Amino acid sequence: MEYELGFALRNAWLILAIPFLSFLLVGLLVRPLSEKAAGIIATLAVFASAAFAYAMAAEFLTLGAATGWKTFVPWSFEWLRFQERMAVHIGVLVDPISILLLVVVTTVSSLVHLYSLGYMHGEAGFGRYFTFLNLFTFSMLGLVTAPNLLQMFVCWELVGASSFCLIGFYFDRPSAVAASKKAFIVTRFADLGFLLGILILGYFGYQVAGEVGGTRQAFDFLFLTDPVVMGKLNAIGAGILGIPVLTLALCLVYMGGAGKSAMFPLHVWLPDAMEGPTPVSALIHAATMVVAGVYLVARLFPLFATSGDALLVVGYIGAFTALFAAVIACTQDDIKRVLAYSTLSQLGYMMFALGVASVEHPLGYTASMFHLFTHAFFKALLFLGAGSVIHAVHSNEIWRMGGLRRKMPVTHLTFAIATLAIAGIWPFAGFFSKDEVLAAALGSGHYGIFGIGLLVAGITAFYMSRIYFAAFWGGARTEGASHAHESPVIMLIPLVVLAVLSVVAGFFPIGEFVRFGAGHGAPHGINPAIAAAGTFAGVLGIGLAWAIYGSGGTARAEALARAFGGAYTVVRRKFYVDELYLFVTHKIIVRFVAAPIAWFDRAIVDGGVNLSAKGGRLFGFALGSLQTGQVQAYGSWFAGGAVLLVLVLWGLQ
Amino acid sequence: MGLLSWLILLPFLTALAIVFTPGTRKSLIKWIALAGTGTHLLLTAFTTWRYWTLAAPDMAEMRTARVMKLYLVERLPWFDSLGIQYFLGIDGISMAMVILTSIIIFTGVLASWKVEERAKEFFALLLLLVTGVFGVFLSFDLFLFLMFYEVAVLPMYLLIGVWGTGPKEYSAMKLTLMLLLGSALLIVGFLGLYSVSGLQTFDLTRLAEVSFPAGFQKWAFPAIFIGFGVLGALYPFHTWSPDGHASAPTAVSMLHAGVLMKLGGYGALRVAVYLLPEGAKDWGLFFMALTTINILYGAFGAITQKDLKYFTAYSSVSHCGFVLFGVAALNLMGMKGAVLQMFSHGVMTGLFFALIGMVYGRTHTRMIPEMGGLGKVMPWLAVCFYVGGLASLGLPGLSGFVAESHVFLGGFFGNPWGSMVAMRTLTVVATLSVVVTAVYVLRGLGRVFMGPVTDPHFHELKDATLTERISTGVLVATLAAVGLMPWLLIDLIEASIMPIVNRLHS
Repeated sequence: MEYELGFALRNAWLILAIPFLSFLLVGLLVRPLSEKAAGIIATLAVFASAAFAYAMAAEFLTLGAATGWKTFVPWSFEWLRFQERMAVHIGVLVDPISILLLVVVTTVSSLVHLYSLGYMHGEAGFGRYFTFLNLFTFSMLGLVTAPNLLQMFVCWELVGASSFCLIGFYFDRPSAVAASKKAFIVTRFADLGFLLGILILGYFGYQVAGEVGGTRQAFDFLFLTDPVVMGKLNAIGAGILGIPVLTLALCLVYMGGAGKSAMFPLHVWLPDAMEGPTPVSALIHAATMVVAGVYLVARLFPLFATSGDALLVVGYIGAFTALFAAVIACTQDDIKRVLAYSTLSQLGYMMFALGVASVEHPLGYTASMFHLFTHAFFKALLFLGAGSVIHAVHSNEIWRMGGLRRKMPVTHLTFAIATLAIAGIWPFAGFFSKDEVLAAALGSGHYGIFGIGLLVAGITAFYMSRIYFAAFWGGARTEGASHAHESPVIMLIPLVVLAVLSVVAGFFPIGEFVRFGAGHGAPHGINPAIAAAGTFAGVLGIGLAWAIYGSGGTARAEALARAFGGAYTVVRRKFYVDELYLFVTHKIIVRFVAAPIAWFDRAIVDGGVNLSAKGGRLFGFALGSLQTGQVQAYGSWFAGGAVLLVLVLWGLQ
Repeated sequence: MGLLSWLILLPFLTALAIVFTPGTRKSLIKWIALAGTGTHLLLTAFTTWRYWTLAAPDMAEMRTARVMKLYLVERLPWFDSLGIQYFLGIDGISMAMVILTSIIIFTGVLASWKVEERAKEFFALLLLLVTGVFGVFLSFDLFLFLMFYEVAVLPMYLLIGVWGTGPKEYSAMKLTLMLLLGSALLIVGFLGLYSVSGLQTFDLTRLAEVSFPAGFQKWAFPAIFIGFGVLGALYPFHTWSPDGHASAPTAVSMLHAGVLMKLGGYGALRVAVYLLPEGAKDWGLFFMALTTINILYGAFGAITQKDLKYFTAYSSVSHCGFVLFGVAALNLMGMKGAVLQMFSHGVMTGLFFALIGMVYGRTHTRMIPEMGGLGKVMPWLAVCFYVGGLASLGLPGLSGFVAESHVFLGGFFGNPWGSMVAMRTLTVVATLSVVVTAVYVLRGLGRVFMGPVTDPHFHELKDATLTERISTGVLVATLAAVGLMPWLLIDLIEASIMPIVNRLHS
C-alpha cells in the first residue's frame, strides 16, 4: 500500500472484534450475573463499534480522493484452507459500499440497542435479547466487510441464525416459533442456491486462478471482479440447458440474495418475522439484514454486468416484488405487517435499480446504494415509531389506535417525517434517492420498470399515509388508545436522531464516491421532470389516503373494500402464496416423500434384514430336524451320500 | 512401553480397577472411571503435543509423499510365523480420532453419572469397549486392527442387551450380527490382501508399497469398502443403527454413534482407498451415488420420526453419508471433509445422545409429541440441544459447516476417473440436504423445547446438574472450537491425507 493508513484502517480488525468479544462477554459471563449489566455493556460495545466505523469512514474519505476510491483489504488472516488457490481469508474489505454499509449498520444498530434498553425493560430474557443483538451486529459487520464469497456466506448464515433467535425470542408463543422456523427454512432454501453458486464460481474460479497464475484465491472478490478473470469466466460458455455458466452461477447466487432480501416468491418469511420484538424488526428486518441481498448483488456487480442476463433477472424480479408487495400493503391492518410489505416493496426498488444499471448506464448502481442508505434510516424510524405506538396501545392493529397525535407528540412528529420521507416528498431523504432510482430506470431505457416504479411510488405514499392517519388522526377507537402516553426518553432519543437523519440523508453527495466504472455520464442532481412526476404520484397517494382515512373513521374504508369485493379478499390474503407453500411442504413433501421413505426403511430395507434372519432360522430348523438321533436314519444318509459321491466322481471322470 | 500403548492400556487398567472394586461402592466406581478417562484426556493432549512437534517439520515433505508417515511407532513381533505384529503408530487422521474418542468417553462417563443398576459391570464394559476403539485407531497391522475391532463390538452387545431399553435383546442381536457381517467381509478382503501381496504380512505400511493387480482390486475394494460401510451406516446396510441406538443406554449410544461409526469412514479411507487405488477409481462413482442416497434418505427419514433417538439415528445416517461421500469423491477436499465430518459428527451426535439421555431421565419419555416447552424448564439443555442442532444443519461457526463445505466442494470438483456430470449432479442432489436438515432439526427441536409447556408436571423438572453441565459444556465448546478455529484440525489431518491422494494420482 503506497498510502499511509490511519489508525482505524490499520486496526480494521477491531470492527469485527469489538462486537464479537462483546457477544462472548455478554453471553457467557455477564448475562448469568446481571441481565441489566448485559444490556448496558452490549449497547456500549455497539456504540464503540459505531465510533470506530465512523473513524474508518473518515479515514477512507480522506484517503479515497487520493487513491481513486480503490478497494483494498487492510487486514486478513487465513481461516480455512480448502486446497491451494482455495483458501478463505477472514478479513475486512474496504471500499465505498462497504464503508457506506458499515456506517448504516453501526448507526442503526446502536440506536436500536439504545431504544431496546427502554422497550425491553422488565422483559424476561433481557440479557438473552442483547446477546443475540450483539451476535447479529457482529455477523452483519462481518458480512459487510467480507473480502471473499465464503466469509460473505459464513456471515450470511450467522445473520440468519441470529434473526432466527430473535424472531423466536418469545419462544413460548407458538406463532413466534412458527415464524422463526419459517424464516430460517425459507432463507435456507434460498441459500441452497447461494451455495451452488459458490460451488460453481469456486470451481471455475479455481481453474482461472490456475491459468492466471500467482497466489490468488478463487473466492476473493478482488479476484472474481478482476477484468481479466471476468473475461475468462464469461468465455466459459454454456453450462446446462444452454445457459452460460457465469449467468447460471450468478442467478444461483442471486437466489440467495433474493431469499435474504425477501424477493417474490421467497418473500413469505418476512411479514411473519414481525413476530419478533419491534426493535428487532427495525434493525434486522428493515434496515440491515434484509438489504444483504442487495448488497450481495452490488458487491458482485461487475460480474453481473458482465453477464447481463443475470442482471435482467434481478431487475424484473425486483420490479415485480416492488409492485406486488405495495398492493398487499394497502390491505393489511397490522401496522408492522404494513411496514414489512413496505420493506419488501422498497427492497424491490433497490433491486431493480441494480437491475437497470449496466456498464454504459451505471447510475442505477449508485441509486440503489443511495436508496439503501436513506431507506435504512426512515424505515428504522418507522419501525421504532410503530414500536413506540405498540408499547403505548398494546396492540398492533391500526384500527385499535387512533388520535395518538396529541398523546404522543414526539412519536407522531417523527413518524410523520418518516412517512413523508418514504412517500418521496421534498426535502426528505426518500425524495432524492427515489428520484435517482427512477432516473436510472428511465435513463437506461427500461420504460416498463420506470412505469412500475412511478406507480409504486404513488401506492407507497397511499398505504403509508393510511396507517399514519389511522393511527394518529381522528379519535381514540379503543381503551388502549385513549390511555396511551408518550414513551420514555431513552426510546425517544433514537427516534429524534433517526428523524434528523431522514431529513438530511438525502443531501448526502453519495454519487461522489459510490459509483461504478469511471463515473462519467452519471447525471448528478435532480431531474426536474422525474422529480415532478414522482412528487405528483406521492401527493396523489397522500391525498387519496387523506380522503378515505383522514377523518379517523372506518366507514369509507369498509365501503371501498366492499366495492373491490373478491379482488380485495385475494389481496388481503396475500394472493394465497402462503397457502400454496403450506400445501407443497406439508401435503406433498411430508406426505409423499418423507413419510414413504420412513415407511420404506422400516418395512422394506429393515424388513429385508429381518427376513434374512428368519430365513437363517428356518434353514437352521430344517437342518436341525435331520438330527433325529436314530442310527438307522444316519446310516441311510451316510449310505445315500456315499453312493452320490461315487456317482459324482464317476461322472467327472 | 510407549505412549501409544499407554493410550490403549489406560482405559483397560481403569476397567480392571473397577472390576476389583466392590460393586456396592457405586460412587467410588464412578470416580475411578472419571479419573481414568480424565487422565486419558490429559494423556491425549500430551500425545497431541508430542505428535505435533514430531510431525510439523515433515508437513511440507508430505505434500508429495506417497507413503504415509507414522510417528511414535511401536513394533513387536507377535505371531512371527504368520507375519502378525503388534504394530502401533499414529498419524494426523488417527490423532484426530483419538482426540475425539477421548473427549467422548470422558463426557460419556459424566453423562452416565446416574447409572445405578450394575454400575460396576456397566463402567467396566464401557471402558473395555473404548480400549478396543483406541486400539483400532492406533494399530497399523490389519490383524491387530481386526482384533481390537472385535474387542469393541462384543462389550457393545452386552451393554445394549443388559442396560438398554425397549426391545433391547433384538436390537443388540441385530446390531452385533450386522456388524459381524461387515467384519466377515473385512476378513475376506484382508486375507486377500495378505495372500495377493505375497509379502506374508498384515503391515499396512508395507502393503501400501504393493501395486495390487487390477483384477484383484476390482473385487477386493467393494468388499472392504462395504465391510467398513456397514459400520459407517452405508445404505442399505444401515438398519442396525436406528434400533441399536434407540435401545442403547446413553453412554453406549454416544460412543457408538460418536466414535464407532467413524471406524467405517476411517477404514474406508485408510485401507480401502489407500491400499486399493485402482479399485477406488472403478467404484468411486458407484459409492458416491450410494452415499448420496444415505445423505438424503437419512434426512427425509428423520422428518417424521417421533422418538428422539430414532430421530437422531436417522440424522446420523445422513451425516455419516457425508463421511463416505467425501471418501468416495477421491480428492483432497473430499477426504479432508470426510475426516472433519467424522470428528464433527462424533462430537455432535455424542452431544445429542447425552442430551436425549438427560431429557429422558427427567420426562421419562422420548416421544417428541409428548414434549413441549421444555426450553422454559431446562434452558441449559435446550441451548445445548440447539447448538448441536445448528451444528448439524451446517451453521458456520460450528464444526458442521467446516466439514460439509469441504465435502460439497470435494464432490463438485470431482475426480478424473468418473463422469464429471454424474459427480456434479450427485453433489447438487446431496446439497438439498442442507434444507431438509434444517427442516427436521427445527421441527423436532421446536416441538420439544419451544412453545408453551404442555404438561404441568414438566414445571417440576430441574435443569442440568453440574456433571451434566460439564459433560455437555465440553462437547459444545469442542463444536465451537472446531467451527471457529478450523485450522487446528485441518493442519493436523491434511498432511496425512496427502499420501492417499498422491497414491491415487500415481
